[in-house]
Amino acid sequence: MKFMLDIVTVTAISAGAFFFLAGTVGLLRFPDTLTRLHALTKADNLGLGLVVLGLLPHAGSLRGGFKLVCVWLLALLAGATVSQLIARAALASEGSGSFTVDGPQP
Amino acid sequence: MSAATIFGLCAAVIVGLGLYGLIVNPQPLRKIVAFNLLGSGVFLLFGVVARKGAAAGFGGDPVPQAMVITGVVVAFSATALAVGLLLRLFAAGGLATLEPDAPTRAGTEHADS
Amino acid sequence: MTIASALEMALAAVVLGMAIWTVVARDSFAAVVGFVAYGLLLALVWVRLDAVDVALVEAAISGGLGGVLLLGAAARTAAAESRPPAEHPAVRAAAALLAAAVAAALAATVFLLPDPAPTLAPAAAANAASTGLGNPVTNVLMAFRAMDTLLEKVVLLLALVGLWSLARDRFWGGHPGPRHRADPHGTLAFLARLLPPIGVVVGVYVLWAGANHPGGAFQGGTILAAMWLLALMAGLTDTPAISSRRLRLVLVAGPSVFLAVGLGGLCFGAAFLAYPAAYAKPLIVGIEIAMTLTIAATLGLLLVGAPERSAE
Repeated sequence: MKFMLDIVTVTAISAGAFFFLAGTVGLLRFPDTLTRLHALTKADNLGLGLVVLGLLPHAGSLRGGFKLVCVWLLALLAGATVSQLIARAALASEGSGSFTVDGPQP
Repeated sequence: MSAATIFGLCAAVIVGLGLYGLIVNPQPLRKIVAFNLLGSGVFLLFGVVARKGAAAGFGGDPVPQAMVITGVVVAFSATALAVGLLLRLFAAGGLATLEPDAPTRAGTEHADS
Repeated sequence: MTIASALEMALAAVVLGMAIWTVVARDSFAAVVGFVAYGLLLALVWVRLDAVDVALVEAAISGGLGGVLLLGAAARTAAAESRPPAEHPAVRAAAALLAAAVAAALAATVFLLPDPAPTLAPAAAANAASTGLGNPVTNVLMAFRAMDTLLEKVVLLLALVGLWSLARDRFWGGHPGPRHRADPHGTLAFLARLLPPIGVVVGVYVLWAGANHPGGAFQGGTILAAMWLLALMAGLTDTPAISSRRLRLVLVAGPSVFLAVGLGGLCFGAAFLAYPAAYAKPLIVGIEIAMTLTIAATLGLLLVGAPERSAE
């Protein structure tokens, strides 16, 4: 039973680390602010969620696990709102020249 | 190599970096940031000393840790005052630099202190 | 070479990389962002050094509030970022030599630290029963070195007074900072309505749990200050006028309560700041509550700066 829990932990945390790596690669390789934000938020929310999932079996008590899930939810909230704000600022400053809400125009 | 030694060497390098940045960077804001870097390196050295003093079931000596907490708060308040001075310099002269003969922007106020 | 020391070396390398970036980055904004990331990684280093209270303080004050302060300053002075000529190469070389010498001397000291290290931990453990608190760092801050904490409160107030004195004469007594206006149905206002209740609960919990677990008045007060700043930045509330009597009462509440308890110890007890054994824990908790309010108000006001609008 403990062995199974350890397998779950290692798998989930490795998957989470892979998502963080993917998000970082996206941050470094994508061309502009909006696409970089996309890579970061998708990868970080899912990556953090998988890491939290992997840590839940070792949380020790129900309250500890609940606190871990709250950390993930707060990170989701902060990430979502801050991405919105950064995206609006980026649109305002870089101009809507090549991007509209319908997608990149030719 | 124990954690204390690794982070002690790290702290020594950070102190050197902060000192270099403080002397070499010409802009006041960068000097403030380098000063904070220097301070955090010194606090890290305190932490290493605290870690070496682990005894009586504690992970570290609590007295240096308490002093570091006090130090971080005081350093932050000093930074806030320094940034206030920088912003006031900027508002009064239009430039954020310590050069004595830098031209000031037209239209900024000098007389209204 | 255990896995733990390999991870610690990797962490130290990343921290050093961020420190180097902070010093050599060309753009001030980039350097400040690097400094914030450095502060948050340093919190992890503190956890590895078994100093969780310090990690909380480092992440909250240096990474969080310090980041807001420096980012705001970088944004406001970005327009005037003059590119002054870099220092003469001889000055740079001399500075590099000096920095290397200091770093080498400190590194040598690290290796020369005495190995059965002198420590006050047994003394702290032996006297812990006099206050009944479980967290040794809180014991040291509030009981064994309470004088330092009291004087630190006063230093915070002095920094605030120094900051206020930078206001223009006609704005003295007015509201610090600009009046922020965000779209009341927008994202920032949404966050500023949703997060502060959660943040206040977390801040009060960190204060309360500081008695027996890592936490305390500084960490809790910083979280409360951050929530207040969020509401300010979204325009949901305005900064109080600095001539307001209520604000000044809140600001002096912490040091006054501390000082009153200290003088009480002088009159009724053994010495200044001596707590009677029976009432030690309630007195300490009372002082911490007053301190948290003062710390929250002071840190928030240190961030918003000098008055820029008159009191009307």
